[in-house]
Amino acid sequence: MAQQINIIQEKQDNILRINKWKFITWLFIISIVMLFASQTSAYLVRRAEGNWVEFTVPIIFYYSTAVLVLSSVFLHLAYLAAKKDKLVQLKTFISIAFAAGLTFLVMQYYGWQDLQTQGVFLKGNPSGSFFYVLTGLHGFHLVTGLFVILFAFIAAFQTKINAKELNRLEVCNTYWHFLDLLWVYLFVFLLYFR
Amino acid sequence: MAAVTAHVADVHAHEEHEHHELSFVRKYIFSEDHKTIAKQYLISGIIWAVIGGLMSVVFRLQLGFPNLDMAWLKPILGQWVSISAEGVGKLDPNFYLALVTMHGTIMVFFVLTAGLSGTFSNFLIPLQIGARDMASGFINMLSYWFFFLSSMVMFVSIFVETGPAGGGWVVYPPLSALADANPGSGIGMTLWLVAMALFIVSSLLGGINYVTTVINLRTRGMSFDKLPLTIWAFTFTAILGILAFPVLFSAALLLIFDRSFGTSFFLSEIYVNGQALPNQGGSPILFQHLFWFLGHPEVYIIILPALGITSEVIATNSRKPIFGYKAMIFSMAGIMFLAFIVWAHHMFVTGMNPFLGSVFMLLTLIIAVPSAVKAFNYITTLWRGNIVFTPAMLFAIGLVSFFVSGGLTGIILGNSALDIQLHDTYFVVAHFHIVMGAAAIFGMLAGVYHWFPKMFGRMMNAKMGYAHFWLTFISSYLVFFPMHYIGIAGFPRRYYQWSGFATFDSYADLNAFITVAAIISVAAQAIFISNFVYSIFKGKKAPANPWNSNTLEWTTDNPGHGNWPGEIPTVYRWPYDYSKPNSAVDFIPQNIPYSSTPESNLPHENEMIADEKEIEKLEFDRSIPD
Ligand code: HEM
Ligand SMILES: [Cu+2]
Repeated sequence: MAQQINIIQEKQDNILRINKWKFITWLFIISIVMLFASQTSAYLVRRAEGNWVEFTVPIIFYYSTAVLVLSSVFLHLAYLAAKKDKLVQLKTFISIAFAAGLTFLVMQYYGWQDLQTQGVFLKGNPSGSFFYVLTGLHGFHLVTGLFVILFAFIAAFQTKINAKELNRLEVCNTYWHFLDLLWVYLFVFLLYFR
Repeated sequence: MAAVTAHVADVHAHEEHEHHELSFVRKYIFSEDHKTIAKQYLISGIIWAVIGGLMSVVFRLQLGFPNLDMAWLKPILGQWVSISAEGVGKLDPNFYLALVTMHGTIMVFFVLTAGLSGTFSNFLIPLQIGARDMASGFINMLSYWFFFLSSMVMFVSIFVETGPAGGGWVVYPPLSALADANPGSGIGMTLWLVAMALFIVSSLLGGINYVTTVINLRTRGMSFDKLPLTIWAFTFTAILGILAFPVLFSAALLLIFDRSFGTSFFLSEIYVNGQALPNQGGSPILFQHLFWFLGHPEVYIIILPALGITSEVIATNSRKPIFGYKAMIFSMAGIMFLAFIVWAHHMFVTGMNPFLGSVFMLLTLIIAVPSAVKAFNYITTLWRGNIVFTPAMLFAIGLVSFFVSGGLTGIILGNSALDIQLHDTYFVVAHFHIVMGAAAIFGMLAGVYHWFPKMFGRMMNAKMGYAHFWLTFISSYLVFFPMHYIGIAGFPRRYYQWSGFATFDSYADLNAFITVAAIISVAAQAIFISNFVYSIFKGKKAPANPWNSNTLEWTTDNPGHGNWPGEIPTVYRWPYDYSKPNSAVDFIPQNIPYSSTPESNLPHENEMIADEKEIEKLEFDRSIPD
């Protein structure tokens, strides 16, 4: 009996079989989560040891967070458009999402400049160093995310994305939403455990 | 959905056609075929093992014969051997440290991680689950070439003027963070970090591919409860890697910042030559936490594939079903889970809270339970089997022996009170060389002897295999067993020589003995390597299934790109139907349906005949994945 159940599951497994690229994306996401989990726990362990200089987080980081969330929203709109085969909308929304992502990076850069005028440098107390490393590491992943959007963008212009061929866009969206969420987590973390 | 799949399959059919006229470069160098990539990993691993092994001979000579004239090594080691006025050559102490560091790094990461997982996960996963190739051949190829690049960087680092990294394979700061601390902490250490970063990328790409392939590309009927234990082991290994390697990356990244950008993550209040460094507020212990969070899972990344290979080899050559198939899976899962919560047993003497020490001690000792389950299952599988002593079988049994004797000393070290005495002595060196070094190498060698016929289509010479086994087995014990004694006597690790301590003089003979045994064990590998190279070209042609084994890879003769020339076989039974009562043959491969073996079926298996039609109806995308 137990065997039988197994076989039935096996069959369903085939019908529901998850696209391998999506699966690969999720595994990548897991490894990135581990990277940031280790960084933030190192942060907490180090912070608990004292000798920790506090500083105010420049206001521009709040705005950049909003911009990144917005870019995720537009990417989702792009997905909805693709699902309904509205290809013009798809291209517009993807472009806006890409531009917002780029804007986010530029704003992060200005955030760093503001930090430096405040006197917080990469060199110095680990509280500041961690801030740069965490934001920088996230920024690096965001650049890879921009490339993924770029690929989806090119695919959209070659009309390779439509209601029947959504995998590419879905992979792109999963990754981008993840990076967005990751930033929100990091930002709240950095604010809370200043 | 079905239409889409059909369409995709069509496209692939075309591609497959084009694949036939692959250029030499695409076929043997930038290959996307998992079997070629596996061989690339194997051969790179063997080359690294030779380099790492020869390094150990050099530093063992230094330890066993501290007054030896090393002038004859001058042509190879150059500036690292200095000649005194009397013409006596001496090994540079800093280079001794560099050799130990490189030996550890090479063996742990390049041989027993890349060489072992890279070879056998790549070779066996698609063949044993019935897939045409890995989920993504391209990512697989990238994985190898990142490893190659990492190898190159590490190799170059051996030749830089200040020498390779010298802070031990664990690269603890501040030693590794300050260029003034040791010549190897200069450019050598930078290259080490770059190489490891590339290595981590390679491991992640590989591991992600392995897991995806196992989950997504199994053939018809290959449900999880029919997977060979090798596949379970490789999957758990890959999951460990995906979770642990990013943490090592974290540690390496912060170390890079400390070294090159002046941050103070791991540095605080340090004086060099009477001058205070500006670094304030860092914590070197933090590095140890990050490192061992990877470091401990890493040792299981090394041993689990070896254990998986052993399961397969022992069951096949005992002509008996593996004892406790499910118990094996659950104990591997248990080991995997526990591997993440015991890391601080490497840090008992870092001044951590004794209460925390007790918690980690308890968790550490619990690992002995699943480990023992595995050991007993191997022994009970062997018990009253019709054992066929192939070279692979001997190595697999050797692994069990090492795993047991090394595991026992682990239990001793796991007691935080005992570890205060034993930490950083040769007792630890003995422990991990037996349980990890010897055991995993034996697993790897068992795998090579067992799957060589499938990899290269030829047999290895068995007589040379036996000679190789006995020499290696005996000399390994002769090297590592005495180390327990000198460890208990208090010999610290990573010392260039002990001749300055009168108490240690009485052990000088034992140290010389170890060195002689070590040279024999390294020399014995020449038998293996000549056998390996000779057999690739001149070995006896291998039959399709030389060991009468049940798993799917033996159903395809000389697999080309795509593995099975026609249909991929369908799987109906588990992989361990050896010596089944009432069966005319002593093995029934996984692709034989129960309907064709009525004489040996058990009652519940007769009921499963009805389901076979269901299995056969399953639709699959049979193309070679991109
Ligand atoms: C019963 C299971 C085991 C227990 C309780 C155990 C316990 C320990 C402990 C407490 C240490 C730290 C000793 C010290 O530095 O003072 C240690 C070191 C080590 N163990 Fe184990 N161990 C076990 C099995 C294994 C296995 C299966 C492997 C590898 C396959 C392994 C590999 C290592 C390595 C590589 C080190 C030393 C790392 C270094 O300091 O360079 N151990 N073990
Ligand atoms: Cu450990």
